[in-house]
Amino acid sequence: MNLAGARTLFYKEILRFWKVSVQTVAAPVLTAVLYLLIFGHVLEDRVQVFPGVGYTSFLVPGLVMMSVLQNAYANSSSSLIQSKVTGNLVFLLVTPLSHWAWFAAYVGASVVRGLVVGAGVFAVTVWFAPAHFVEPWWIIIFAVLGAGMLGTLGLIAGLWAEKFDQTAAFQNFLIMPMTFLSGVFYSVHSLPIFWQALSHANPFFYMIDGFRRGFFGASDVSPWLSLAVVGASFGLVSAVALRLLATGYKIRT
Amino acid sequence: MPAVVFDEVAKIYPGARGDVRALDGVSFAIEEGEFFGLLGPNGAGKTTLISVLAGLARATRGRVTVMGHDVVADYAAARRALGIVPQELVFDPFFNVRECLRIQSGYFGIRRNDAWIDELLAGLGLADKADVNMRQLSGGMKRRVLVAQALVHKPPVIVLDEPTAGVDVELRQTLWGFIAGLNKQGNTVLLTTHYLEEAEALCGRIAMLKQGRVVALDRTANLLAGTASTMLRFKTDDALPALAAQARVTGRVAQVTAHDAAEVEAILGQLRAAGVRIEDLEIGRADLEDVFLQIMHGVAAEVP
Repeated sequence: MNLAGARTLFYKEILRFWKVSVQTVAAPVLTAVLYLLIFGHVLEDRVQVFPGVGYTSFLVPGLVMMSVLQNAYANSSSSLIQSKVTGNLVFLLVTPLSHWAWFAAYVGASVVRGLVVGAGVFAVTVWFAPAHFVEPWWIIIFAVLGAGMLGTLGLIAGLWAEKFDQTAAFQNFLIMPMTFLSGVFYSVHSLPIFWQALSHANPFFYMIDGFRRGFFGASDVSPWLSLAVVGASFGLVSAVALRLLATGYKIRT
Repeated sequence: MPAVVFDEVAKIYPGARGDVRALDGVSFAIEEGEFFGLLGPNGAGKTTLISVLAGLARATRGRVTVMGHDVVADYAAARRALGIVPQELVFDPFFNVRECLRIQSGYFGIRRNDAWIDELLAGLGLADKADVNMRQLSGGMKRRVLVAQALVHKPPVIVLDEPTAGVDVELRQTLWGFIAGLNKQGNTVLLTTHYLEEAEALCGRIAMLKQGRVVALDRTANLLAGTASTMLRFKTDDALPALAAQARVTGRVAQVTAHDAAEVEAILGQLRAAGVRIEDLEIGRADLEDVFLQIMHGVAAEVP
């Protein structure tokens, strides 16, 4: 087992986004803070989702999780498509690294990017709303699992795509709608019955609901159910990604 | 044990208008320590063969081993034994030269490799570029980094896929000096090139590919000896009636092959009889380019 090799790829993937951290960390933090300022300002006095929790406070975990998920996806998908388009993926293809090493390194680095951006968003938002940490272990579990799942989806999208706009389409037509319709800005309990039922079919809903549970100790569904759904979804997409890597899908002819 | 074995390797790409046979049953072996040339026109299958060797492509049929390791079943060991210099000038724009080389070492599980990295940088004339970002390097410098990246894990087998395409004279000399040195130390070298004089000067043995098949495989000396060994070169403005079929004409320069002195005399006699005025007549030995053209045009079959 070439552990040093896997570690090198993991480290290289972290270095890659860290060298352009203004674009990969600072920019998404700014975006999330803008969401918070605008939506918080407009809705603070009109919406109360959980008793005793102001709307801005409610919004913070959702925005943090959205940033975690989007950046985890962006990391693996953009790294792979860049390497494919520029052709430097060949440096990796000629190495003895196994498909497990590729998977662990790309997904691991995506989790790190997601958590770094999420922590950045959180650090800035505490200035605007008091922080709650009722059941902090859920925060960590769902942040890591959510980032892992989106890092894996990014890996699959990066393998499948042949052009930059294809990974962007994956992001705009799949990841963004599923994130926005998962309860980032609202509790799904406030929705009509039909949309509530539909939300429950969206694995992203469970990520955000479970993550928010850690902050307020209240959630739309049991965190254990969320853990089961998110864990199973992560397992499924991981199996797909590992299979694609093992067969060299679109990277070895 | 041979360094590289190709055994009945076929690669078929399914296409809309029928299958494309990029490789059609290629078999040959390269012994340890050889400097081996792989020649052929564009589309002959050279790069496909190297891709199968490197694991970038999978053979439809057949088997390839590197230092005894199967490139599919035992890919990790096979790839550790192989250093590939790709044809395309690719680079990772996020890193400087030393970072690229350290990362490439790391992929092979080698850490703290700076002594060898320094040696590579010095040997390839890159010592003053170690801290320069890849984006800022000229094409020739990027090419040197590609060579260094291929050698960073000290592979016993080195594969260079057209390494001197579009490269200046100085780099060619640096590169060949360095690679020849590694070959002297026992490394096996597989070279594909379009520059036939390079192959003639460097390669002890040569395989020629045409349409996915091996059409010639021999020691370079034998290939040169086995063909019409004398070459007449001259300049003329006149038409070459009788000789036109076998002459190679480039502008005013005509080249005609002959097997022996008698044939040279016969050719000159024909020219005189036809009233062709010739200038700058040279009579020399045939080179690899002549052999190559003869084989590619199917003339080789008639040569004893």
